[in-house]
Amino acid sequence: MNEADYSGSADKVAPEPVSRRSFLGVLLGFGTVVMGAALSVPLIRFALHPLLTKTTDIGWSEVGKIDEFASLTAPLKKLITVEQRDGWRKIVSEKAIYVLPMKDGVLRVLSPICPHLGCSIPWVDAKHQFICPCHTAIFTLDGVRVSGPAPRPMDNLESKIDNGTLKVRYQYFRQLIPTKEALS
Amino acid sequence: MANENQKKPQNSNPQNLRFQQRFYNWLDLRVGIDSLLHEALDEPIPGGARWAYVFGSVLLFLFISQTITGIVLALYYVPSADHAHTTVAYIVKEVTGGSFLRSLHAYGSSAVVIVLLLHLTQTYLYGAYKGRRELLWISGCVLLALMLAMAFTGYLLPWDQKAYFATTVGTNMAADVPFIGTWLKRFMRGGNEMGTLTISRFFVAHVFLLPAALIGFVAMHVYLFRKAGAAGPPSADPIKPELPTQRFYPRQVVMDTVVALVMILILGGLAHFAPFELGPRANPADTQYIPRPEWYYLPIFQWLKYWRGPYAIFGIVIIPAITALLLVCVPFIDRRLERRPWRRPIAVGVFLFILACFVAMGLMSARDDRRDPSIAAQVTKQREATEQFMREPFQPETGASSISAPAVTVIDPLAAAGKKVYESEACDACHGENGVGTSAGPKLSGATAQKSAEELARLLRHPTAKMIEGEMKPVDVSDDDLKVLVAYIKSLK
Repeated sequence: MNEADYSGSADKVAPEPVSRRSFLGVLLGFGTVVMGAALSVPLIRFALHPLLTKTTDIGWSEVGKIDEFASLTAPLKKLITVEQRDGWRKIVSEKAIYVLPMKDGVLRVLSPICPHLGCSIPWVDAKHQFICPCHTAIFTLDGVRVSGPAPRPMDNLESKIDNGTLKVRYQYFRQLIPTKEALS
Repeated sequence: MANENQKKPQNSNPQNLRFQQRFYNWLDLRVGIDSLLHEALDEPIPGGARWAYVFGSVLLFLFISQTITGIVLALYYVPSADHAHTTVAYIVKEVTGGSFLRSLHAYGSSAVVIVLLLHLTQTYLYGAYKGRRELLWISGCVLLALMLAMAFTGYLLPWDQKAYFATTVGTNMAADVPFIGTWLKRFMRGGNEMGTLTISRFFVAHVFLLPAALIGFVAMHVYLFRKAGAAGPPSADPIKPELPTQRFYPRQVVMDTVVALVMILILGGLAHFAPFELGPRANPADTQYIPRPEWYYLPIFQWLKYWRGPYAIFGIVIIPAITALLLVCVPFIDRRLERRPWRRPIAVGVFLFILACFVAMGLMSARDDRRDPSIAAQVTKQREATEQFMREPFQPETGASSISAPAVTVIDPLAAAGKKVYESEACDACHGENGVGTSAGPKLSGATAQKSAEELARLLRHPTAKMIEGEMKPVDVSDDDLKVLVAYIKSLK
């Protein structure tokens, strides 16, 4: 095969000198890398969308009329519905919360999720305590830790009273750490 | 030879040279990179590089671009009639860069069709199918058909008005095929009507079957091209082009790359400044909608208008089939080795005539729509509906699949008493409301609830080693309470 160096042709093509071939090689390689990098930016941003965007705020869920909680003597378990965005859909899920007896005119709402390993903690009326069934972490009526492996008290949920209705913003918190840290 | 060493890395620094040389040799001994590069880049082109030869490489580039954008779109797309439109709307309106990538993919399909036509025209006019290139030509025809099938199947996937009605018409046409028509239409749709099974079928074809076939035929096409060798300019003999050659690299590679770059810039510019739109969700009950196919199917659309009644079969099946067959058989019909177009008046004349007919029918279709005031009004209305939909913010779908405990009403008084024990013993903490199960404990409804009362009682008192490992504790209640608890668990089946 008579590769690039042919001679005496009427055709306009001519062999490329070595320096031009390697210069073009560098130019092509460089150009391809730059273009590839530029094109991969939207691809990567697209793929990482769920990580790059802040999840939308969790809305307020209704717990019930405040009259219902005025004369509580023990924590009351209530089921609330929480609306969440799950990618392109909106899901409504049921979550349990505890409304504590009113103290100094303030209603507090506790998450039933144990700050130890995330089991659901039941209120044991007979013993007047919250007792986690998994590793027997024990909490008082106010959610203060009495004994057991839990690293912090039971988690308070943000609540407000709106037109005589108690509302709560449901959240999950990181387990196994002594401070309360919301998971977004 | 002057450029014997050009592939070897060059550097004035001897230290580097030695390292690069050694690395290159190391790689070459294991991968054979030297012969691979030689094979890929040193393809001789009779008569030298030309802009006319860029289309094949550009098609390959577009195919890769469609593959990559297609794969990432599948990250958020769901192929079902319930969710397809929502997920595409999510991609377009919410996902970062979603509108841009979807536009690249959608405009990319048009670009593929355009470059395919240019590639075909160039090959035909240059007589590059001659001289033992029949199989090369036929594999190209198969690739054309596969690409048109990709365009047809991809068009339905967004499940907007346009997609739905265009595909309804497209699949209805299949019913005119003799003997198997009705069956073929039902096969394509997965039933008599367009529905969620149609999307699944089109999705599987678009994402698995057609791409697999495309990759196979692209490989075959490239291999056969290399086997036959580049044909060179029309003046050259197709079998033994006695022209001085030039290697594929660098001049032709640079030309190919420049055109691919222009292609990226055009597609990127379109995608950025005029994003591809998504219309409102398909509404099969809409009787006003006027479906129009994508521009490259307009000539066929116009052509079909002329065939009605008992002769429709000629227009829809027989004439297109003959045209396709003629196209495939071109290298067998035109067997002379003469390649210069001006020496092949009949072959070139027929080709240009058909091409002109296509263009004319496409233009006539557009003109017909503009002239009919009622159609023009409806088309404007559809345009406005699409623009209106694009302006609306994204509406997430409210899932029927939200997690919540089934509302079980306990009628049996024994079981009702057991439910109290279930809750006071905090069984629901792990096994969930009504025994539906949680991440902390298995569900009790179903298989567990079907166990015998004796076995359930024994398991509650004395959990198995495996249960204890899963944090199950022996239930410490009175025998009466245990009895009602078992009754409750059994009621959950």
